[in-house]
Amino acid sequence: MTIQEAKFQYLLRLGDSSLIIGHRLSEWCGSGPILEEDIALINIALDFVGNATAILGYAATVEGNGRTEDDLAFLRSEREFRNLLITEQPNGDYASTITRQFLYDVYTYYLYEALKSSKDETIAALAEKSHKEITYHLRHTTEWMYRLGDGTEESHERMQNAMNDLWMFTGELFDMDEVDATLIKEGIAPDLNTIKEKWEAHVKPVIAEATLQIPSYNFKQKGSREGKHSEHLGFLLAEMQSVHRSFPGAKW
Amino acid sequence: MEDEKKLAAFEAKIAAGNKIEPKDWMPEAYRKQLIRMMSQHAHSEIVGMLPEGNWITRAPNLRRKAILLAKVQDEAGHGLYLYSATETLGIDRTELLEQLHTGKAKYSSIFNYPTLTWADIGAIGWLVDGAAIMNQTALARGSYGPYSRAMVRICKEESFHNRQGYEIMMHLAQGTPEQKAMAQDALNRWWWPSIMMLGPSDDQSPNSEQLMRWKVKMESNDAIRQRFIDRTVPQADFIGLSIPDKDLKFDEASGHYEHGPINWEEFFEVIKGNGPCNAKRLKARSDADKKGRWVRDAAMAYAEKKKLKAA
Amino acid sequence: MTDTQWPVWEVFVQANPGIPHKHAGNVHAADAEMAMQNARDVYTRRSEGISIWVVPANAISASSPEDQGSFFEPSNDKPYRHPTFYKIPEGVKYL
Repeated sequence: MTIQEAKFQYLLRLGDSSLIIGHRLSEWCGSGPILEEDIALINIALDFVGNATAILGYAATVEGNGRTEDDLAFLRSEREFRNLLITEQPNGDYASTITRQFLYDVYTYYLYEALKSSKDETIAALAEKSHKEITYHLRHTTEWMYRLGDGTEESHERMQNAMNDLWMFTGELFDMDEVDATLIKEGIAPDLNTIKEKWEAHVKPVIAEATLQIPSYNFKQKGSREGKHSEHLGFLLAEMQSVHRSFPGAKW
Repeated sequence: MEDEKKLAAFEAKIAAGNKIEPKDWMPEAYRKQLIRMMSQHAHSEIVGMLPEGNWITRAPNLRRKAILLAKVQDEAGHGLYLYSATETLGIDRTELLEQLHTGKAKYSSIFNYPTLTWADIGAIGWLVDGAAIMNQTALARGSYGPYSRAMVRICKEESFHNRQGYEIMMHLAQGTPEQKAMAQDALNRWWWPSIMMLGPSDDQSPNSEQLMRWKVKMESNDAIRQRFIDRTVPQADFIGLSIPDKDLKFDEASGHYEHGPINWEEFFEVIKGNGPCNAKRLKARSDADKKGRWVRDAAMAYAEKKKLKAA
Repeated sequence: MTDTQWPVWEVFVQANPGIPHKHAGNVHAADAEMAMQNARDVYTRRSEGISIWVVPANAISASSPEDQGSFFEPSNDKPYRHPTFYKIPEGVKYL
């Protein structure tokens, strides 16, 4: 695997994850629990769309086939998407959305922190900008973990259910393959084992303080590295790509 | 007697161009009318998030998606400013929302029309926001301080909404034949509702005189409507789209466009609740409120717990 | 528990270093941290600020319009508090 190929794959993983989780958050628009939270969620969604645009744009440049970020976002199909499984999970109730976001935010917090010192200058610069946004996202979701985990009996139960449902998608966050190996060697991407240690050390005390339990099962879903997704992604893409695909070659 | 003196002072203050502030004395009719108008305006912003929000997940490219998200977010923000300004009149947001959900309070008729294609997002920004801005620029000069300040802020933020809508329409009008047809279709469907959203004709608008004197209303509906038409028609011409009004013509003498008859029956039906989306919009708002209840409760419960721990 | 839109917090934003915080509006929030985040999302969407204060609205005491006479008019006849009250001969510097 060439460095270029590895880099392209790696950027798709980052960009697709941002795109898909941003899409999920944007689905909350107009139906948040209170007006202020609607505004907060759209802000976060906007950060993700911006991040996806920048990263997929760079992926297209790295690929060098004349494709654009829009081609990558709107003209690839399910099996070509590389977003993490956790990002495509449906919003469910507010507890699911917050839990999904928290588990993912902690991950990107440490991942992008490491990417700030990537030997690839463009990646380092993108990470620098995104890390500031992620720091805020994490602050937002962490507070909500406490509020909902340790709020009322109902909110606690909903949060525990969400944790039970989503925990199985956290394993593949740290899966590594040839793409990672190639880039680690070049100093472009970090070793995910180090991210995993930091992630665990971060999420465990927050989950405990939110009076929640980490599920006891060891089973973890995986597959996004090879584009094997849950059934949810197909519907999401069908919706996201419908206008773009209906008018081939049109400018907007 | 006392009240008459206060009323005279109140009217003198307004006539002198000063603002009325929340703690100032005001006639009950003034307070009531403002609550009605301002809450209607606030509700319009948050109900208005729905028809556009409908297309966020399907925006045709990433740039458009980001713009639309930012725009809909602004609308949420504007709803927030307006609820907050309304609250200064002694009514809280819980009650205002309840009035919306029970159908007691109204919101702009325009948001009861469906967004059927992507071009509708362009048409809304161009026409609906265009009409709204006409109205809001006038209201920014109104006499009630908190409302006027909210309007100033909103107008400043909204100028991009109007432009992004026109830009969408321009791209479509210059695009493929299908895109152009989509743009024309959207204009056909949104033109008349946009004209109507500025409110009934002056001869059907009672008690306008007092509201004008109190600077609650700044201009008549027909005057604002005329200005909107005069500005918008050349914009349509410029991108080669045609206004769906066969009677529309420019009158050299007055310097204004004359338009064909407005279907007021349709307008009043929509206001009454019989528009294509009234039930759907109300249900969406009220469902969100119900679904959010446990979240709001949990946040309060947690805040109480933390306060107790700190004590 | 009755339904609630959460308490109101008044928001003050400092636009640039060195100038005072200015009242921007308010937000609803369950606690102070949330009020701060909401204020950030609502009132600084267009880079309007570098610092935010939030204050529970019910913690603010305000003067009322009836106080205007007794509060503020007495200072009107004390022009000697303003530097323009004093005549200094031309040519005197640094005063």
